[in-house]
Amino acid sequence: MTLLIEESATSTQEKTPKSRGKVRLREHLMGWVFVGPFGLVFLAFLIAPLAYALYLSLWQKKLIGGTSFVFLGNYVKAFTDPTFLSGVWFVVRFSVVAIPVQIVIALAMALIVDAVTSLFTRFSRLMIFLPYAIPTVIGAVMWGFLYSKSFGPLTDIFGLFGATAPDFFSKNLIFYGLINVVTWQWAGYYMIILYAALQGIDPTLYEAARMDGAGKWQIALRIKIPLIAPALLLILVFSLIGTLQFFNEPQILRYLAAGTIAPGFTPNMYAYQQAFGLANFNYGSAISFALGGIVFVCVYAFLFFTRKRRSFF
Amino acid sequence: MTARSRTAGRQRPQRHLPLQVLLGFLVVYFLIPFWWVFVNSSKDAPGLFSGSNTLWFADQVDYFGNLERLFTYDGGIYGRWILNSTLYAFAGGIGATILAVMAGYGFAKYRFAGRRFSFSVLLGALMVPATALVIPTFMMFSGLGLTNTIWAVILPSLLNPFGVYLMHVYARDAVPDEILDAARADGAGELRTFVRVALPLMRPAVVTVLLLSAVASWNNYFLPLAMLSDNRLFPVTVGLGLWQGIASANNSGSTSLWSLIILGALVSVIPLVIAFFTLQRHWRGGLSLGGLR
Repeated sequence: MTLLIEESATSTQEKTPKSRGKVRLREHLMGWVFVGPFGLVFLAFLIAPLAYALYLSLWQKKLIGGTSFVFLGNYVKAFTDPTFLSGVWFVVRFSVVAIPVQIVIALAMALIVDAVTSLFTRFSRLMIFLPYAIPTVIGAVMWGFLYSKSFGPLTDIFGLFGATAPDFFSKNLIFYGLINVVTWQWAGYYMIILYAALQGIDPTLYEAARMDGAGKWQIALRIKIPLIAPALLLILVFSLIGTLQFFNEPQILRYLAAGTIAPGFTPNMYAYQQAFGLANFNYGSAISFALGGIVFVCVYAFLFFTRKRRSFF
Repeated sequence: MTARSRTAGRQRPQRHLPLQVLLGFLVVYFLIPFWWVFVNSSKDAPGLFSGSNTLWFADQVDYFGNLERLFTYDGGIYGRWILNSTLYAFAGGIGATILAVMAGYGFAKYRFAGRRFSFSVLLGALMVPATALVIPTFMMFSGLGLTNTIWAVILPSLLNPFGVYLMHVYARDAVPDEILDAARADGAGELRTFVRVALPLMRPAVVTVLLLSAVASWNNYFLPLAMLSDNRLFPVTVGLGLWQGIASANNSGSTSLWSLIILGALVSVIPLVIAFFTLQRHWRGGLSLGGLR
């Protein structure tokens, strides 16, 4: 400690090349002192597992003959495995529908809450955000109850109109049932992020636009939305990463939707089943890794097409 | 704030009515599951399955009886799950925050060798699906004999690359180099400058990262599901998932378990809801960070 104080004292006094070299050394050292602990955790729980998963995925365990090196064999198997492919197809379709739905609802709510300041909107803001505080597992359990034929309200509500209640656990409707759950879970969180971004806009811009004759809708569409584009992009990217890894909700609801949600419903569920249900860690790792690759390609493609790579990071 | 709302209200008190009504419908939608769980946890198993007044309380409200059953079922396992979740959330949340704050500050304020490279690796890591790490981490921990211990859940949750990114953005903008140089000129060492000068300036972001990490640990499901086999170590998410599986698999025999799951879901969300309401001033400022630049 004393050494550091001494060094920092000299550093500010003179600017001879020698002491500047010392300053540089201290800066290198202190930088690593601060970043180092995280760096160790990063190596241990991110880099090492990734490397290990890659290694595992290149081997194959057979009942007879033990473990053998198959190089890309597991990946060839994965990309010709109908279960894996249908899981990938499901999460891609699901992302294409669920993400725009969530973001449009979140954006609409954020614009309303930003434009109208009243006690009610402040109350609404909190209530709409509330589901974010709920673990996704508990959220899925709650919606499972609401969808349930035995004790959910749907039968009652549709009975009032003399209609049969939709069964969200059926093969046809499970897609929409799950979209509803994730929208409920995440739209409020996205709304808060967008709202915070809207609050950061300089209000004099609105004044200027109004002077130029812009209406409320024009201000919302031409000023507010373009200005919060970075926040929108951030949300899009994170929801894309999250949705492609879909696991918790279908895993919980599969008990209730017996027969509709198979163990290989999403790629992550399939990887979990292979690894922990069938003790096939090599193929499970290959599926995880293949999914990671798909996520990476999707995110990169998305950022490329929106041409916002620079403004994002 | 009050001035702004007053003028806005005076200008056009009616214009916003349709928007407020729309918002009202949305609020009802977002609250329905909470309401359902709240009223139905007042029922016993026969009341639950009678299928009547699914959106209203039982004729004989019995919260205390249900609570007692919840906390005594299977030797009080539910209370243990809540304590486990609390432990995992605090240990994982605090540890992850300390590491993220230090690393974010280091990245923002020191130009050290390898900084640019490590930072781009970090940004790449934001895109790594967290669940892709579960299987290999399980295999590594199983080799070390760490699976089915609390460390199997706590250690991996110390990793929060997004927290580092947030802290980096915040420290870069909110902690001026001049103040740090002034502290150094006054003879403060690097660590003391960090703790006494930089840390107070970064407080809003620190609270946000702490909340986000603690919530992420509390909500974690895939990792503990894979790591733990002893149900006394389960967090409440995995525990309720287990009950739900048992109850669905054997619908007739375990009707009483359903009412426990409903009340269990309600009780498990109460701590988080309280935390969010009481700390809202802190996290609201911090959440805007993610949208910066």
